[in-house]
Amino acid sequence: MSILKTLTEKILSRASGKDVAPGDVVEINVDIVAFHDLTGYHVIEVMDKVGRRVVHNIDKLVIAFDHLTPPPDVRSAEIQQFIRKFVKEVGVRNFHDVGYGILHQVLVEKYVLPGQVVVAADSHTTTSGALGAFAQGMGASDVAAIVMTGKTWVTVPQPFKIVLEGKPRQWVTGKEVALEILKEFKADYFMGMSVEVFVKDPPAFPMDYRLTVANMGIEMNADTLMFVPDSVTLDYIKSSRGLEVKPIQPDTGAKYVDEYTVELDRVELLVAAPHSVDNVKNVREVSNVEVDMVFIGSCTNGRLSDLEIAAKIMKGRKVKTRCIVIPASWNMFRKAMELGYIQILVEAGCIVTYGTCGPCIGGHFGIAGPGEVVVSTSNRNFIGRMGSPQAYIYLAGPAVASTSAVLGRIAEPGDVM
Amino acid sequence: MIVRGKVIKLGDKIDTDVIIPAKYLKYTDPQYLAQHVFEPIDPEFHKKAKDCIIVAGKAFGMGSSREQAAIAIKAAGVKAVIAESFARIFYRNAINNGLPAIVCPEITKEVNNGDEVVVNIETGEVIINNTKTVKCKGITGIALEILRNGGLIEYLKKAASGEGNR
Ligand code: SF4
Repeated sequence: MSILKTLTEKILSRASGKDVAPGDVVEINVDIVAFHDLTGYHVIEVMDKVGRRVVHNIDKLVIAFDHLTPPPDVRSAEIQQFIRKFVKEVGVRNFHDVGYGILHQVLVEKYVLPGQVVVAADSHTTTSGALGAFAQGMGASDVAAIVMTGKTWVTVPQPFKIVLEGKPRQWVTGKEVALEILKEFKADYFMGMSVEVFVKDPPAFPMDYRLTVANMGIEMNADTLMFVPDSVTLDYIKSSRGLEVKPIQPDTGAKYVDEYTVELDRVELLVAAPHSVDNVKNVREVSNVEVDMVFIGSCTNGRLSDLEIAAKIMKGRKVKTRCIVIPASWNMFRKAMELGYIQILVEAGCIVTYGTCGPCIGGHFGIAGPGEVVVSTSNRNFIGRMGSPQAYIYLAGPAVASTSAVLGRIAEPGDVM
Repeated sequence: MIVRGKVIKLGDKIDTDVIIPAKYLKYTDPQYLAQHVFEPIDPEFHKKAKDCIIVAGKAFGMGSSREQAAIAIKAAGVKAVIAESFARIFYRNAINNGLPAIVCPEITKEVNNGDEVVVNIETGEVIINNTKTVKCKGITGIALEILRNGGLIEYLKKAASGEGNR
């Protein structure tokens, strides 16, 4: 067995207290466990069925309300009341009620550190991999077990290396890079693997882009997708939390099952056409499709750089579709307001709120009707995902989404600027 | 553990939004969920599901972490899911809710809709129409232990009482 280790092996060796290799099934300690409203009540129900509302380590538990926020119906309000009661009863300190942010955004803004094991009751937990954490979503029962015991079991995934080389072109962001990877490998290639992403020129691929790619790691069906910590990671944690960290690094020469390089300057503006995330097309191939609704937001693309792009494109223009914009957290909303982005978007005719999943999951705040075409910066275009099973969802980055809102058809910024 | 049933065949990449749409996630009651299983592709599915075995292609259960996907399938009376591959989260959710999930890269080539199959959960042996045998991957280790206890809740209850005795 090689003594040179990948990031995956290093993190899981530390978390299990054993020297692990891919394929091993091991018990690991979990550093952060989290849930939101829609899965959270289920987690607590499982704890009640086991018969113990015992929290193994209260400081490791994070709860944020996002899916049913603010509650669109009575049942949603009840679910939140039920969780608030639990929060009080067991004394949860890291609790973020309505009006704070989407769980995955809250986790990276406030809690997750490189090298940690993070498990949350939501599949897009892979988002935290942008900081170099081993982050996985799990179901309510698994998460309940972790809340109670601090531990879970995992199969150590096969490590796959992706290298990002060069600089992306104008308007090309993390979304297009994620779609490029999905175009190349399709949605089931990375099953059972952990993808470790190395950025050759770190500042060329900022944290917002990394968060988008890591978020879409679950769309690639990867066990986890981690960015190997570099100067961008350290700066992000320093500037947002004032912390200096010394992350675990993979060994040079560690063995990966395979390796793939993305030349960033060759990535074009892409969309995922209905009804699959790997049905990737160049935006020009679909540029005459008329659009009814545009959604800019979600844990995939609801961050400052996304809002900046939207503001640049919509400045002094009006939207032709209904256009809903949802910054991923209050923090993102506030910063966008300070920079004038929110004002521009509202002037353009967008409906803006913050910190809710809303239309991403077909929950509320803009549901797609039968036959409607949606361009969304979120991560899933499964049948029925955003409302009617007869709706057509195109997934895009912020530039294509914003231009499509302005022109009322799928388009790229060059068409208006 | 042996389960048997009639095959209902589904395709590749069956996602969790198709298994149980998000609008039903505000409840966990198995009978309620069973009524809506696979609703977007076949609103009548729950009527045919009793005592069947689902056979599917790649990445079955991909998408969301919603445990209701596994609960709904089990509560509709499905005895097991055999798929070429499973999404990681769904696989765990299935086992945690006592629904056997068998990995079998060859299975979609070997069986047809309506075939009778007998599945040995531990050895992974699948007998089709009493004539042909296909070797799939048996469930072992911790997953088998959880399954044998009928799911994670029972498994954790046992673990908790074990701790009490110490
Ligand atoms: S924004 Fe969408 S993908 Fe992200 S956590 Fe919410 S529902 Fe899930």
